[in-house]
Amino acid sequence: MEILRKRRREAREAVLDDYPSVRARFSWDEARRWLDGLPDEGGLNIAHEAVDRHATGEAGERTAIRWLGKAGARREIRYRELAGLSARFANVLGELGVARGDGVFLLAGRVPELYLAVLGALKHGAVVTPLFSAFGPEPVATRLSLGEGRVLVTTTSLYRRKVAPIRDRLASLAHVLVVRDDDQALPEGTRELGPLLEAAAPDYAIPATDPEQPALLHFTSGTTGTPKGALHVHQAVVAHHATARFALDLRAGDVFWCTADPGWVTGTSYGIIAPLSIGATLVVDEAEFDAERWYRILDEEAVSVWYTAPTAVRMMMKGGPERARTRAYPSLRFIASVGEPLNPQAVHWGVEAFGLPIHDNWWQTETGGIMIANFASMDIRPGAMGKPLPGIEAAVLRHLPDGGVAPVDAPDEEGELALRAGWPSMFRTYLHEEERYRRCFVDGWYLTGDLARRDGEGYFWFVGRADDMIKSAGHLIGPFEVESALMEHPAVAEVGVIGKPDPMIGEVVKAFVALKPGHAPDEALRRELLGFARKRLGPAVAPKEIEIQASLPRTRSGKIMRRLLKARELGLPEGDTSTLEAP
Amino acid sequence: MADLSRDTLRETVIDAILAVAPEADVDALPPGRPWREALEVDSFDFLNILVDLEKRLGVSVPESDYHELVTLEGLLDYLESRLAA
Repeated sequence: MEILRKRRREAREAVLDDYPSVRARFSWDEARRWLDGLPDEGGLNIAHEAVDRHATGEAGERTAIRWLGKAGARREIRYRELAGLSARFANVLGELGVARGDGVFLLAGRVPELYLAVLGALKHGAVVTPLFSAFGPEPVATRLSLGEGRVLVTTTSLYRRKVAPIRDRLASLAHVLVVRDDDQALPEGTRELGPLLEAAAPDYAIPATDPEQPALLHFTSGTTGTPKGALHVHQAVVAHHATARFALDLRAGDVFWCTADPGWVTGTSYGIIAPLSIGATLVVDEAEFDAERWYRILDEEAVSVWYTAPTAVRMMMKGGPERARTRAYPSLRFIASVGEPLNPQAVHWGVEAFGLPIHDNWWQTETGGIMIANFASMDIRPGAMGKPLPGIEAAVLRHLPDGGVAPVDAPDEEGELALRAGWPSMFRTYLHEEERYRRCFVDGWYLTGDLARRDGEGYFWFVGRADDMIKSAGHLIGPFEVESALMEHPAVAEVGVIGKPDPMIGEVVKAFVALKPGHAPDEALRRELLGFARKRLGPAVAPKEIEIQASLPRTRSGKIMRRLLKARELGLPEGDTSTLEAP
Repeated sequence: MADLSRDTLRETVIDAILAVAPEADVDALPPGRPWREALEVDSFDFLNILVDLEKRLGVSVPESDYHELVTLEGLLDYLESRLAA
């Protein structure tokens, strides 16, 4: 597809104005100097960089968060006020006896309390894990147990639906602080957050924080076993800040809207930390996706930089560019997208709808921040994920028979996408799974699990996953977690879960099920299984399709062959089936 | 289809919701409460429900009308008026 050329003036005005020279000059030490650090050589704390350093003087009067409620409410929280609110939350944690390094989990929609709690917990030195509110009780229980959550901040209705049924499994959970969102009695075993915040002092001196102190724990799914807790440290903010400047062209005073939910890493790194560290105004919309509402927000809130996802873009495209053109967006300067490869049509749709192309970028939970991007000043090759950020070395690797790896130098050859280890927002471990962590690195390279190629101009192109992971609506879903939930049903003998390609959301989760003897494979049972999975896993993780089969293909060692299920689903050649168990 | 009674229409809509979210307890839905949130129906589920309703009723809903579908009653009113048109 045709290359989208950038005009010289656009390039000159971008934060990253000339890719080769900025890349050549850049060092992470330089990026560290863009931040303040805690007073008196007290180290580096994310919440200080995001909030407290902007909280005094004129900067303190700027809006940090512009919150738009589902039903039309608005709330503007200035930097000064956010510093106070997050200080109150840090003091609440102190009074509860929460110690540095303890796990503070959040399970809430995009309500203001979520934001002040994340920032307050970071001030206090707790390790923060936001969970997605569309998770069902099982994913919530798994993550809270693995992460040994000590505190949970949630709402009364989410608590009732998703936590109360599993509370007895959460041995380490000592405090549940709730925001009221219904008029029922406060659930037993919870405390209301509001009065605690009001009673707490509005100032809090952040204790000395080692840049390597754990700050954020984000769970990501695996193809086998339980989800992995990718642990990030406070100096990740160095990368959040620098990458938002480079890849999102973000500056102080911008009105920035990241549409990702903080329950996923994008919504934390770029939906909370990075824009605040830059001094931008963060637009937070509590409501779920609605194309008309989104056009209105972009227009009426005068959004200048918009960071969204391919699924949302494709849903907006459905209505045609003329829906977008019923409004004008004079403030909008830059659009970026992440989560899965952005198809070339979507890149161009940006031009038709907003007069701006959409800039795809690439990263994952483990990388903590954007690693490969299409920059404001750089021509776009629609469909490509762009070039590595300054400070990031990316390569396409070939696996060698001896277990080592070698970079592929020839253009357009496929291999595994890898990054040279050592950037500030790189994950530091998988919690309690050091071995699993070590296996991600070979010869100083972090292996991403994504297959890619690099063209002759240095642009990287996504090819596919190297494993069975499913990418649905931009979220990584592990087949094992879905299979485990379905296996709990008494009629189920075996399950294989795959990602079935879908034009709207990338892949849909599809489960193939074989039944135990005595169960009829009828529509009633199929629906029962669907409902069973949705109840346990929530709509974000549960399969959207279930197909009952007489038996599932297994290897001789007994493993369900997901790859073969997928090939059959797609009508593709079945490939090497020499290890297939005789039927 | 224009003479579809309100009750039949309601049954059709509930059936379309249950095809996508069989666990949904539609009867427990408080009137006036946004149904998608209460029943945990995400954007993809919602589109599938609309596709199903289009098949059953012949009514295709443009995105610009989605705001009329927030409550179950609103959805029924909307379909009713479209079917009558």
